[in-house]
This record gives sequence, C-alpha cells and structure tokens, in this order.
Amino acid sequence: MAGLATSFGSGAMTNSFADIERTDLLFIIGSNATEAHPVAGAMMLRAVEKGTRLVVVDPRRTYLAERADYWLPLKPGTDIPLLNGLMHIIIKEDLYDKKFVAERTEGFAELKATVENYPPEKVAEMTGVPAADLYAVARLYAGAPEALICYTLGITEHVCGVYNVMSIANLAMLTGHIGRDGSGVNPLRGQNNVQGACDMGALPNVFSGYQAVTDPGARAGFEKAWGVRLPDKAGLMIPDMFEAALAGKIRAMYIMGEDPVLTDPDANHVRHALESLDFLVVQEIFMSETARIADVVLPGATFAEKDGTFTNSERRVQRVRKAVEPVGRSRPDWRIICDLAQRMGYAMDYAWPGDIFAETASLTPIYAGINYQRIDVCGIQWPCPSCDHPGTCVLHADRFTRGKGLFKGIDHVPPAEMPDDQYPYLLSTGRIYYHYNVTTRQSAALNAHRPEEMAMLNPADAAGLCVCTGDRVRVTSRRGTLVTRVEVTDRVPAGMIWMSFHYWESPTNVLTVNAFDPISKTGEYKVAAVKLEKVS
Amino acid sequence: MADVTLTIDGKKVVVPKGATIHDAAQAAGVFIPTFCHDPELSKPGACRICVVEVPGMRNLPASCVTEAAEGMVVHTSSPAVIEARKTILELLLENHPNDCLTCAKSGECLLQDYAYLYGVRFGAFGGERHRYPVEEENNFIIRDMNKCILCGKCVRACAERQARHIIDFTCRGFNTKVATAMDQPLTDSDCIFCGSCVAVCPTGALLEKAMLGKGRRWEIGKVRTTCPFCGVGCNFDLNVKDGKVIGVTANPDSPVNGRDLCVKGRFGIDYVHSPDRLTTPLIKKDGRFVEADWDEALDLVAQKLGEVKAAFGPDAVAALSSARCTNEENYLLQKFMRAVIGTNNIDHCART
Repeated sequence: MAGLATSFGSGAMTNSFADIERTDLLFIIGSNATEAHPVAGAMMLRAVEKGTRLVVVDPRRTYLAERADYWLPLKPGTDIPLLNGLMHIIIKEDLYDKKFVAERTEGFAELKATVENYPPEKVAEMTGVPAADLYAVARLYAGAPEALICYTLGITEHVCGVYNVMSIANLAMLTGHIGRDGSGVNPLRGQNNVQGACDMGALPNVFSGYQAVTDPGARAGFEKAWGVRLPDKAGLMIPDMFEAALAGKIRAMYIMGEDPVLTDPDANHVRHALESLDFLVVQEIFMSETARIADVVLPGATFAEKDGTFTNSERRVQRVRKAVEPVGRSRPDWRIICDLAQRMGYAMDYAWPGDIFAETASLTPIYAGINYQRIDVCGIQWPCPSCDHPGTCVLHADRFTRGKGLFKGIDHVPPAEMPDDQYPYLLSTGRIYYHYNVTTRQSAALNAHRPEEMAMLNPADAAGLCVCTGDRVRVTSRRGTLVTRVEVTDRVPAGMIWMSFHYWESPTNVLTVNAFDPISKTGEYKVAAVKLEKVS
Repeated sequence: MADVTLTIDGKKVVVPKGATIHDAAQAAGVFIPTFCHDPELSKPGACRICVVEVPGMRNLPASCVTEAAEGMVVHTSSPAVIEARKTILELLLENHPNDCLTCAKSGECLLQDYAYLYGVRFGAFGGERHRYPVEEENNFIIRDMNKCILCGKCVRACAERQARHIIDFTCRGFNTKVATAMDQPLTDSDCIFCGSCVAVCPTGALLEKAMLGKGRRWEIGKVRTTCPFCGVGCNFDLNVKDGKVIGVTANPDSPVNGRDLCVKGRFGIDYVHSPDRLTTPLIKKDGRFVEADWDEALDLVAQKLGEVKAAFGPDAVAALSSARCTNEENYLLQKFMRAVIGTNNIDHCART
C-alpha cells in the first residue's frame, strides 16, 4: 500500500478484475494467482486461451508459468534489478511513452539515471534470467496496446517490498500502461477484507479513508463526530508493538481475528512478546495459537452469522449477510466491541451493522456515496463520493490521486538473510490452493484433502538428502526448527525449499526471518536461510 | 447493429441481428426447454430438446443455435415439436436410473422438470442401461455417470470457464461418457475441485458431496453473501436448512465471479459449524481456561484495559484488527482504540 501510495497517491488495485480479460498482455510478478486467488487465476487462463499474452515472473514454475509466453525464473529477492533491467531496455530502445512521461509524471531524470546502471547482461547475472528474455519481455510489454500488471505478496513480503512496488509503478508509468481499461497496476489482496481493513483505518497512522491522524482537519472531524479528544501522534505498527511489548511499554493487547503466533514471521519472537504482556484478550472463532496464550478469549462469529460488508481487491464494497445464528454463546464481533465500549464508559449504540456503515460513510469521503440499499444487488467500487456517483472501475484515468505520478530511482536491496555454508537452502513461503490462512483446517473436506504440509523440494536436492516424496525432513533456521514431509518436484529450483504456512503441526513461521520492510513493516516471508536433514 | 423482427407463437419480437431464436423467445417471454444451452458457454446445439418449428425449414431447428431472421415465424409448442421433445426425453429416461425418490438433485433437476412438463415416463423402449460405478472417493464431488445426459456443460465449463480441460467426451455412441484422461478418478487427474462442473450440471450426475442427505432442494433457503477467503470477493449463496449452513451454491448474479468459485468457497464453508468453534467466553485461571459468562468476561476485559490505561497511559494498550472481519467491525475497533482507549496503536497484518 505504501509503495503505490507514494507513486500514485493511493494504494489499491488501479483496475477491476474484469480487466484481466480486456487486456493484451498480462504481466504477473510475485503472484501465484491460480493457487492464492483461484477465480482471478481462472480469468487469467481464460484470457490466455483467447490470445492475451502472458509473462510470469516467479522463482517457481507455477501453473501460470507453464502456460506463459515468457516465464522469467528470477532468483528470489531480485525483482528490482529485473524491473530496472526491463526499463533500461525500454529507455535505450526508445520504447517508452514520452507523452505520458512528460504530461503525467515527475522524476523521470532520476529514474533514467538509476536504470542506466542496469544493463541487460548485468541484470541477467543478478537475476539469473537470460538477457534475451529480458529484451523480449521489455519489447512485448512496451509494445502492447494495453498491459496489466498483477502482483501479490511475492513482491511485498520482502525487506524491499515498498521499493519493489514502486519499481513496478515505475515500469507502468514509463510505458503509460495505467489508467485505462486493461492497463494498470494491481495488487491482488490476499485476504477477503484486506482492502476494507485498510480503508476503515485499522492502521496506526490513518482514520478511515486514509485521513491522517496527524492532520488537524481530519482529526477535528472525527473528534466532532465521536465527541472526544483524539491522539495526534501515529501509533505503532505490528512489529514495533511486539518490540514495545518486550520493552514493557505496551502492557495490554486486544487481538481480534488474527493469529500472529502462527502467521507472523519469527513466531517464537512473537510468542515471547505476547507472553510478556500484563493482559492479552483475543477475540476468535477457534482456539488459535495466539488465543492459547491469552488471558481472556471472547468467541466471535463467522461471516455466515453476521451482517456487514467486505471490500474486495478491486475496491468493491459488497454485502455480507447473516444466514444463521451464531453458534453457542458466540457473538458478532461488532457487538462485542460495542459491549466493551459501553463498559468503559463510551456509548456505542448501533442497532445493526447498517448503522455502523452509515456512520463510516459519513466520515469517509471515498465511501460517502455507498449505502446498504445501493449495494444490495451489486457492490460499488470506491471512490464513490456521492449517492449519484456510480463508483470507480479504473483509478488514475486522467490524473493520479497525488497529481503527477512519481518516478523514483530504486537500487537493488538484497534480502536480509541469504543461504550460506551453515544454512545452505533458501526457504520461501506462501499459500496453497486448498488452504487459506486460517479456518480451512477446520473444514472437514479441505483438511481431509490436504491434511499436512508437503514442502516442495527440487529433485537434485532430494537426491542429495536421499529423500523421496512423502519422506520427512527437519528444517532449521537460526530462529527455529520443525519437521515436515516433502514433495519432490522441479517446480522449485535447486537450493530452494518452499513451504505453506497453514499447519500448526509444522509452523513455518518459526523459521522465517525477523526482518521487515522499513516503511511498510511487512515481514520478509519470502526469503530465509535454512538447513535440511532427513528424518528417518 | 441492425434489428430483426420475428413472430414467436403469434407474438412479435424485435431482437438484435445475430440473436438466436432461443434468445428471441426469452425476450418475448416464451419458454423453450434447454439442456445443453448455457449463456456463458459455447453453443454445441447438441441435446435438441430446444427444437422449434419454423415453416419453410426442412427439419425442426435447434433454437439455441439457429439465428433469428427477419420475418421468421416460429412455433415453440406445435404438435411436431412436442412429439420430438417427448421422444428425446423418452430416450434419455430409457438410460437413466429411476431414482428420483432418493436423488439429491430431485426438485432442481431439468430432466425431472421436463419429464413432468411433457408427461414422459420411464420404460418406453425397454433398452439397455449403463451400470457405471459411482465415483465418490474424493472429498468434494460425487460423479454418477449413470445420471449423465451428455449435455456437455461440465466439459465446457471446465474448458471455457476454468481453462483446465480436465474432462471431455470419451468413446462413441451409446458408450459415450464424460471422463478424465484415461477415465481415471478426479483425484488422479489434475482436477482442482473448483466445482464449476457441478454448478452447471442439469441432473444428479454431479453433486456436492457435503450436501448429500442434508436436505431436499425445496427445503433449502439461500442467502447471498460474499466469500470469506481471498480478496477476489466472489459472491455465492449460503444454503441453509434448520438454522445450519449445509453448503454453498453459485449465484449467477455475482458481479465479480458469476458462477465461478474455487474449492474453498464452494466446498470449504463447513468450518462454520465445526465442533472446534469457540462457543463461550474463556478466562484463564491458574494457567487453565475456565468457561465464563459474557458479563464476567467483558467486565474483566474492561477493568484490565482500564487499569493499564490508568497506570501506564493509553499508549500502553495496542490492538490488532482483522482482514477477516467486516468493514463495520474494523471501523469499530479503530474507533474503540482511538476514542475509548485514546491511542493510535491499531494495526492489522495485511497492511502491504
């Protein structure tokens, strides 16, 4: 979010999912859509079958990679050199959109000076991608009438995640591939309501609608509506909260619907931080790894047991409808928060979530024109400033949210930890098709189909370790250790082991590195050094 | 594009050039039965149940693949049309299990509906029947090819919507069968169990395994909602009976996904009623969780948060919100932290 917010002025998908089937070229980088966003992945496959060209940038030979015109299997963590290399060729060969660059952007000279240092031969060496493919892809992308970039956590879950995103934005602006049906830069959100949680201001620096807490005007509006004085300093981001907990500065935490012990990097560190709190309350639907160490556990309700809205990746606000009563004595999470506020002396009187949404819309300009009646049948994509506004399918059509698009020259930032003699394998992580971050292990059907981790290991490495598919290996990093079964497959390159993070029995994040992007504070889940031993 | 005007069962109707007779009939509000036709899929014109009579044409054309023409006169239920449809249904029923009493699709089966509509019964010819084993070893889909009428919608949904091409027609004539490569079970194919085939099947040949025996189709209430898994934001219908979610079916009006879903959305919602759900507040006493009532738990949380705030200031409290929860809940939690506790220490893991 921070990357696109810097380059364009807003951190969201610039296009709609429907644009996947309206473009001439799909440029998929750090996104395994057929596994992580299956219905979007199917759109991509349909587009390819109808003639859309496909470029996939991924260290793994994903299903999309197999069906791509060009698969660029870069070394993990070399996205910036690769993108700079493409831009180097595009500028050298005069393939960039001079009119767009002149009229819609600023900072081109800086970008040009930086990418000058990334000639294809050097980039080929840095990334492992042949120079001929760099030339071909650069020409293909620059020459496509419409070109759509999609990326996911393969881009953002690095110590240079924000810079990776800004490099992607550079490439799109350089060629003018932004702001039209079928052209733009699209982060596919990992979870159902990532976009919404950000939009709603569940962030330490902004209220809903990205209104800064440090902006006296914005603060005054919320103070008036909420009837209280509000703090004017930005709060802490997650990794800093854990550090503050360890330092005794944060004494109590309220965690709603997250399981950082399972899902945050360097899990043992996180567990230690949470255990050092005076008080931890966890609101959950299952006894999560984090809930186990709580002082109080409050049972929340699932999406099927409450009304509300989710905002999807393409900024579409859609209804969630209650179908059944909450099980047992569990309660909708909104109700729990209201009850708690009442007890702490602050009235939160909402008859149902529709009232909460109406308050949100009244304080959030990008949501101002949205209400439950309007989205009863078909959701609306923000920004939607008024009730007669149809919503916005494509962002930045005539101007960027920030005015002019901002080029930034960005240099290579290596991963925090690379394999060495002691920890010779590179661990990368992600999601598999049959599971989601949480709750799918409690689905009888899904869990029966994929009951345990099958870490991906290249045949060359498997031969060296004398393991076959189904055998178990011990994976150890500087931070933790676990045992997992392996699937021997050449979908991963030699030297890499790839694991999902769905299984508490083999909690991958005890291995991942406690290193974060300095701006977004997103963990580097995609690169860590590990060693492997066969378990007999 | 130019329009054409035609007459269907005495009604004049104007449609854009290129529209089929079936499209025109829909526009005129005239019912024509279909098995193999699907507006989102290619048109094989295979099942012939949609035949109509057009004076001047040699045979009864299939309305789903015959273009409407200027001045065309169409009869959708003339005696010749009815006779043709009845014969098609008799032939289909001849090789179909007489299983409507226990079939899970009963009540939502096109073959059953049309047999009722045209008064066609089993056993007109006394011909041969298939005796295929029912495929039920996977966790998601039951395939009973004895109930397949070879409309091919599953084949086209797999190829044209999912671009996976897992199943196709195999063999010829009476032995024609929809199968994976080498007729292996789905679990041994590259099938990803998205269930798009189930969504388009007009009979009981493809069924949602988890919904089997959970309720007759007419007893099931449907509540449209948004999927709780990834950020694509698919819509679907929760199928509800007796206060329980028993499954998920696609809703063609879904703006992002139409009837497409993935294995998690279509088959993974059973977690809602998992026996592992937390059903009561818990308070840890002497290192063990003890069940509590809401008042006790909420009072304790309010007291503890209040104590920390009083002793160490509001910034000694922090909250994690959730990309799984609704907008309304995320809004409320940040409001709670800012307005009630008095800190901006609120974040969630999916910030990037």
